[in-house]
Amino acid sequence: MTDMNLTREAVRAIPDRLEHPARRALKSWETLLLAVAVAIFIANSFASPYFLDPWNLSDATFNFTEKAMIAFAMALLIIAGEIDLSVASTIALASTAMGAAAQVGVGTPGLVAIGLAVSLACGAFNGALVTGLGLPSIVVTIGTMSLYRGISYIVLGDQAYRGYPADFAWFGQGYAFWVISVEFVLFALFALLFGILLHATNFGRAVYAIGNNATAAAFSGIRVERVKFILFLLTGLMSGVAAVCLTSRLGSTRPSIAMGWELEVVTMVVLGGVSILGGAGSIPGVVIAAFVMGLVTFGLGLLNVPGIVMSIVIGALLIAVIALPRLWRKWRG
Amino acid sequence: MTLTRLLKTREAMLAVAIALMLALIASRFPAFVAPGNLVAVFNDTAPLIILALGQMVVILTRCIDLSVAATLALTGMVVAMLNLALPDLPVAAILAVAVALGCGLGMVNGLLVWKLDIPPIVVTLGTMTIYRGTAFLISGGKWVNAHEMSDAFKAFPRAQILGLPVMSWIAILVVVLLAVLLSRTETGRAFYAAGGNPDAATYAGIDVGRTRFLAFALSGALAGLVGYLWVARYAVAYVDLAAGFELDVVAACVIGGVAIMGGVGSVAGAVLGALFLGVIKNALPVINVSPFWQMAISGAAIIIAVILNAKAGRTRGRIILRQAEAAR
Amino acid sequence: MRQEIPPAAAGPSPLPHDAPILALRGITKTFPGVRALSDVALELYPGQVTALIGENGAGKSTLVKILTGIYQPDGGEILLDGAPARLDSPQAAAAAGITAIHQETVLFDDLTVAENIFLGHAPRGRFGLIDTRAMRARAARLLQGLGAEIDPGTPLRDLGIASKHLVAIARALSIEARVVIMDEPTAALSHKEIEELYTLIERLKAQGKAILFISHKFDEIFRIADRYTVFRDGQMVGAGLIAEASEADLVRQMVGRDVSQIFPSRTPRIGAPVLQVEGYAHPTEFADISFTLRAGEILGFYGLVGAGRSEFCQALFGMTRPAAGSLRIDGQPVAIRSPADAVAHGIVYVPEDRGRQGAIGAMPIFQNVTLPSLARISRNGFLRLAEEFRLARDYCERLDLRAASLDTPLGTLSGGNQQKVVIAKWLATRPRVIILDEPTKGIDIGSKAAVHEFMAELAAQGLAVIMVSSEIPEILGMSDRVIVMREGRIAAELSGGDLTPETLVRHAAGIGETGQ
Repeated sequence: MTDMNLTREAVRAIPDRLEHPARRALKSWETLLLAVAVAIFIANSFASPYFLDPWNLSDATFNFTEKAMIAFAMALLIIAGEIDLSVASTIALASTAMGAAAQVGVGTPGLVAIGLAVSLACGAFNGALVTGLGLPSIVVTIGTMSLYRGISYIVLGDQAYRGYPADFAWFGQGYAFWVISVEFVLFALFALLFGILLHATNFGRAVYAIGNNATAAAFSGIRVERVKFILFLLTGLMSGVAAVCLTSRLGSTRPSIAMGWELEVVTMVVLGGVSILGGAGSIPGVVIAAFVMGLVTFGLGLLNVPGIVMSIVIGALLIAVIALPRLWRKWRG
Repeated sequence: MTLTRLLKTREAMLAVAIALMLALIASRFPAFVAPGNLVAVFNDTAPLIILALGQMVVILTRCIDLSVAATLALTGMVVAMLNLALPDLPVAAILAVAVALGCGLGMVNGLLVWKLDIPPIVVTLGTMTIYRGTAFLISGGKWVNAHEMSDAFKAFPRAQILGLPVMSWIAILVVVLLAVLLSRTETGRAFYAAGGNPDAATYAGIDVGRTRFLAFALSGALAGLVGYLWVARYAVAYVDLAAGFELDVVAACVIGGVAIMGGVGSVAGAVLGALFLGVIKNALPVINVSPFWQMAISGAAIIIAVILNAKAGRTRGRIILRQAEAAR
Repeated sequence: MRQEIPPAAAGPSPLPHDAPILALRGITKTFPGVRALSDVALELYPGQVTALIGENGAGKSTLVKILTGIYQPDGGEILLDGAPARLDSPQAAAAAGITAIHQETVLFDDLTVAENIFLGHAPRGRFGLIDTRAMRARAARLLQGLGAEIDPGTPLRDLGIASKHLVAIARALSIEARVVIMDEPTAALSHKEIEELYTLIERLKAQGKAILFISHKFDEIFRIADRYTVFRDGQMVGAGLIAEASEADLVRQMVGRDVSQIFPSRTPRIGAPVLQVEGYAHPTEFADISFTLRAGEILGFYGLVGAGRSEFCQALFGMTRPAAGSLRIDGQPVAIRSPADAVAHGIVYVPEDRGRQGAIGAMPIFQNVTLPSLARISRNGFLRLAEEFRLARDYCERLDLRAASLDTPLGTLSGGNQQKVVIAKWLATRPRVIILDEPTKGIDIGSKAAVHEFMAELAAQGLAVIMVSSEIPEILGMSDRVIVMREGRIAAELSGGDLTPETLVRHAAGIGETGQ
């Protein structure tokens, strides 16, 4: 076969990589963020003598574990080019459902199942509207953000559910061992699971491909709508996990539960280096971003800075992490 | 335009829906449609109408402004504190400060979108918390109450002219100005062009980024205006003023047929969308439904409206076959 | 490449005419890796229609973009009434009285007809506001002048494609145009509308406007044009008076080069039928498509742009659903509802629009290559990086890819190398049938040759190949058999001695069948 020879002649070896992955990681956003986290940690330990106490540090993790668990799923969703602004309202609805069930004496396993099922249904509804009807996810989830929390308000009004079973408190108040809380263990577990899902599976690769070029991904035989639907399900499900933890930690449900969390979750994801336009980002980045936000909140708390000021810091962070690289590129031409 | 076509427009459908709703309520509670009450409903909806018009202009250019309620709160707090510090400052000056400050806050959004090309949703999610947080910083979390405000400050939006409060007149004025701006100026048409087809707009000599900036500035200015009117009418200013109101504003636009992908929307649509929500809100207590239903109803209305909008905007293929073209 | 100018066109014979309004001399434009125009000349005379003829990629659209101020030429000069002119922005071109009506209408669906016509230069009334009444009146007059019965107050969205086109023409005429460029103006029009367009062009001629008419359709050119200019591969290869030219002359100049020299010689070994398509139809895009494709065969699909070739191929690949028709692979009926189904049945598609549909520019080369083959390189859904690199390296090297590493983002490569990666991506799935849609569009000569070589090798290995192409030499040089499509249907199936540039062009344009 002369033809084969013809191409074989021209063969040249193409190296897999020019740069070792470890070397590249060193120059990444995640490394920079890690340095920031360490700096804040050191600054905090100087700022307050109470900071380095293991129990205080353990308490501090509650500032971010629940939000971070949603952020892992949200990161995948944003990488795929969609967004879910209804996550906090999903928490409210799931928590309300659990509260209502607790009133009629449902036990802890039943409550968890109900919370997860409701949040999964919320995610499925978002996903069906976005992928089934081809609607823009921003508007759909602004709508369901009102709808889900609105249902909580209809059910609860200005009332609150209390009276959760005693063993339900384990999720949000329990400790796995020593100072390591159950929530922190869940956080670490889901970080690992989502990290593997995004970085080591076919599914994760499809997520990146869709976010970078959904048309080309579809032309490559990827079932784009199905992947997106699954991502909405996962985001709903993780909101449910957060709902279980938060409800368990607070021991009560009001319709205003987790108000404004969608912003903090999106900020965490973007701070973690996920491109808001889709196609790029990593779970380690989101994990570090969770620690950064938790440490900032905790540090400001130690300095008696009120919560709303922290939200200014978070809003400014959100804009700054996107604006600064762009400004930098503009200045350098 | 023929009558049948007119009746098929979103605006006509909405007007009919509102009329039906009013008729239904009137059949059980005739007092609701008494002229005096309708004026009250309109007056109550005036802030939503003004903000929805600003939001519509932003959405026309393919952007979104989630910071309107926070802009409103910050401006409201600033003018309330200004009134506290300088009780003799005339209302005209207060109005100027409110509009200028709101416009400035909107320009910050617009600059970030225009010059740094940051997605509008990120910009305004961020500034939403920053603006509201700033309201807390300047007030220290304290309320400005009715007795601390000057009488002139409080009286202005409630003053009656020809049986209608000034608040309502301002809303009507804004509706007229926006209608003229959008239909009769090059800038107004540029809002549509920049969102409807940004590439073609560039070919036609329109600076898309600058047009977006102007839209945000306008939305901010209107939010600033409402900031003063709101604080004066309810005679109280606090940090959480109008919290979550941005969702109602977006809802009014979406219900009014403003397409979130830009380029489509009318003043009449946005006004009717706002009135639709306003009538529901005012009717709920009358028909003995808890006001807690309102949030879920707005949410459901957004979803239904966006489904309807998407159905209307389906694109067709190239249509190569001749008989297919003939059959169309 | 050899450059030949047929003697008939070497020196345009002197004609009775005024001085040209617009003249281009020695215009050159280079893009990274591609010379789009080289030393091109063009003259446009008042009251005359000049047809610009050439295959896709001959440089016609680049020329239009230079004339409308969107591109700047690298060399050469533009003379307006004999004086050098600079067209450095769309506004400058408009001020010079040059206006273009584009293939794809660049208008605003949500503005009214009158606003579309006058956006940016609307008549002003009191307080500097747009004088809507005057604007509508002027729009109505413009449209009337075009013989169009369109209400200027209608939103553009409510108009059909043909009417939108008339609005675009009206917009072009709303400035004081002296030079009107029409880029394939009849592509979307019906016969009746085309007749109306001819009337309009006659009227513009009578007003002394110079018209540049870009078209593939010879019946149109002979009907309406006074002069012609032929482009091939970015060069002007001929110009003259239509009255002195024959169809055969123009086809020869357009196709030009000696076909057999630059394509790989191959002895096709055609095997058993692999793919049988029966009565494929789509509600609006194509109808009655039936053919059989055999192993080892290269089946060419020729036709004008918009003949429905890509639409059919994408339906075959499962991107869109056909309304009717059936499919057999190796004699077994199969249903393809999605690209994933197609890939599973061994049918793959290298799309025409590489940037949008083929390449994922921000992702590294190796991930692009393995994307449709993830199931093969993974175990239980988990990626195996070593396997992945092995697969990617294997196919990239077989296609003689030039890249710094497999980890390089695909978007940083040249068009030709990107195309190699997209082809490698599909070959890695080990397909039975490969559909290549304009496989060498917009890539350099060297990569073209490599793609052609590889196509021949694939056929020799027993793959069944469908090649969609608008380039006649490529169709002639590569295909064993050619299906010509026109207006969504099969116009002819040609092979052997019937396969000549003339027959291709005749069937694609419908010369001698319809349009008379």
